[in-house]
Amino acid sequence: MEKIIAVLFMFAVSALLALIFFTLNRLLGPRKESVVKSVPFETGRAPITLPTHRMSIKFYMIAILFVLFDVEMIFFYPWAVVFRKLGILGLIEMGIFILVLFLGLVYAWKKGALEWE
Amino acid sequence: MQELIQAVQNSQTFLSGLSEAALAIIFFVLFGLVFATVAAVCALVFVYLERKISAHMQDRLGPMEVNTGIPLLKNIGHGWAQTLADAFKLLLKEDIVPNAADRRLHLIAPFILFCAVIAAFSVMPFGEKLVVSDMNIGVFFVLAITSFSVIGVILAGWASNNKWSLLGGMRSAAQIVSYEIPSGLVVLVIVMQVGSLRFNDIVMAQAGGILHWHIFQFFPLNLIAFIISFLATLAEANRAPFDLPEAESELTAGFATEYSGFKWAIFYLSEYANMFLIGIFLSALFLGGWTSPFGSLFGGFFDKPGWQPVWIILKAVAIIFLQMWLRWTLPRLRVDQLMYTSWKVLTPFAFVTIFGVGLWMLF
Amino acid sequence: MQEILFFVLAAVAVLSALGMLLNKNPVYSVLLLIVTLFSIAGLYVLLNASFIAAVHLIVYAGAIMVLFLFVIMLLDIRADVEHINLKRLSRILALLATFIFLGETFLIIWMSLKGKAAFVGLGEGILGDVPSVGELLFTKYLLPFEIASVLLLVAIVGAIILAKRKLRPEPPAA
Repeated sequence: MEKIIAVLFMFAVSALLALIFFTLNRLLGPRKESVVKSVPFETGRAPITLPTHRMSIKFYMIAILFVLFDVEMIFFYPWAVVFRKLGILGLIEMGIFILVLFLGLVYAWKKGALEWE
Repeated sequence: MQELIQAVQNSQTFLSGLSEAALAIIFFVLFGLVFATVAAVCALVFVYLERKISAHMQDRLGPMEVNTGIPLLKNIGHGWAQTLADAFKLLLKEDIVPNAADRRLHLIAPFILFCAVIAAFSVMPFGEKLVVSDMNIGVFFVLAITSFSVIGVILAGWASNNKWSLLGGMRSAAQIVSYEIPSGLVVLVIVMQVGSLRFNDIVMAQAGGILHWHIFQFFPLNLIAFIISFLATLAEANRAPFDLPEAESELTAGFATEYSGFKWAIFYLSEYANMFLIGIFLSALFLGGWTSPFGSLFGGFFDKPGWQPVWIILKAVAIIFLQMWLRWTLPRLRVDQLMYTSWKVLTPFAFVTIFGVGLWMLF
Repeated sequence: MQEILFFVLAAVAVLSALGMLLNKNPVYSVLLLIVTLFSIAGLYVLLNASFIAAVHLIVYAGAIMVLFLFVIMLLDIRADVEHINLKRLSRILALLATFIFLGETFLIIWMSLKGKAAFVGLGEGILGDVPSVGELLFTKYLLPFEIASVLLLVAIVGAIILAKRKLRPEPPAA
């Protein structure tokens, strides 16, 4: 309980620190707005378009693989903690789990999902 | 924490009259403030160190001018106040938000990044008692909290409404996310050996001198695990040679392109605070944490509690030096090489080390 | 203390969930959803289920929300999205789901009013922490665990088939 509250306070304090600095920046820094200054930066030219293009699907592939492997990783954590107690049985159990998921990795590999082209 | 509160209540000072809850809140705020400030100040020091180290590696001097101003000491100071001056300068800069940007998200993004990094320090063991929150799931918690920084990065890229920012943010997020898998997996090698996720348990399992450190156990499996962990965390921190999101020659400044003034400084600070976090994290897991490398030599003098923060910070600085060294030695990777390293090298190797250690422990 | 924390977290969860639904900008919705997930993780901690809390943060807030953001970027949904055109079938399904959910909620409230414990509280330090979850998962609940791997495999294969189909036309034979 108190450990969680301590973390929450840490959050609050770091946010407060950032807030103090931002406000100081606002107070101390100059504020001269101009049309040219607030144009989005684009190598010194006026931008023709805003970034309204769709992103490449590669990013999506990475994200979805990440989600799946992340879930897999979660299962490893309780296993690692009780590994000593489980002994050889634990290793076999995890071996089967991994074998199935390794097939997934091999499939992704073969299909070129891990490639960045 | 409980002991501290008890001690204060039993003491005969003006604080002893306060209730337990009030004291707890005071301690939480104090601890939080101290740790957050230490993290931020250390980040400033590391910015200076990086400039100096990079300069000397390239046979330059680096910052030399900003000193105390005392005439005789001018050349001894080695420009130690440079980053302080820089930080102050950034406070005096205008905070420019471009027209097209989403103003609110533009402000929120650096907050998320900074808070995620600083909050992770709350479980970092600077000493046996010097932990804000010594959670049972410490290692797991770090994994959970640091995954928030991705969101800050994507939001910064999106909110700026700038092509460089968006592409930089997306690239950065894809990179962090890819390397979270090997870095999260390889930690388990240590967790299996200790049987606990609590940082203090992990550190205490390595007590008794340099030969008991995890990095030297199960040779060479733990060494491989350390290398994987080091590389993966390096990539998660967007450090060279994995600094594609900030590749200035192709993406200007990546997700931070449209940031200026102290908002930009917060990104910069977060990066260096993150390096410090990684240093502490890796030294707690592999390099004995706050235990001394001498064990019972010198009559156990270096084992005294007062040395604990010194040891862990020294170890962290050593790891940070390694990170800087790599930055100024290796060229930047290509994107496809980056993905290759994560998915096809580090992740399979992480699995192999986990199973290797598992077999070793059983037979 | 526990009660205060519970009500604060619950209020934050409900309010941010409402905000998520009512906000038109999808990126803001994602942010508010993260706040909701965060406060729900806090509720898990109050139940002594620290493992689930951490998993909740890692998987939902850390991974799935990133995926959501990526999809928003992928489709380039900015603030000016037209209102989503719901088909009639999905309207009916949504209504049905709402009724089922409401029914469940009333059932739980009714049962707990009658004194039958509808939700079992976790005792101090039992079940919720990582070692006990691990022990149960790898002994008593081994089969579901192994089946989860098959589920993940199917998800990986499905995702790759869907994404790769349009991405890569067959290369011409050299």
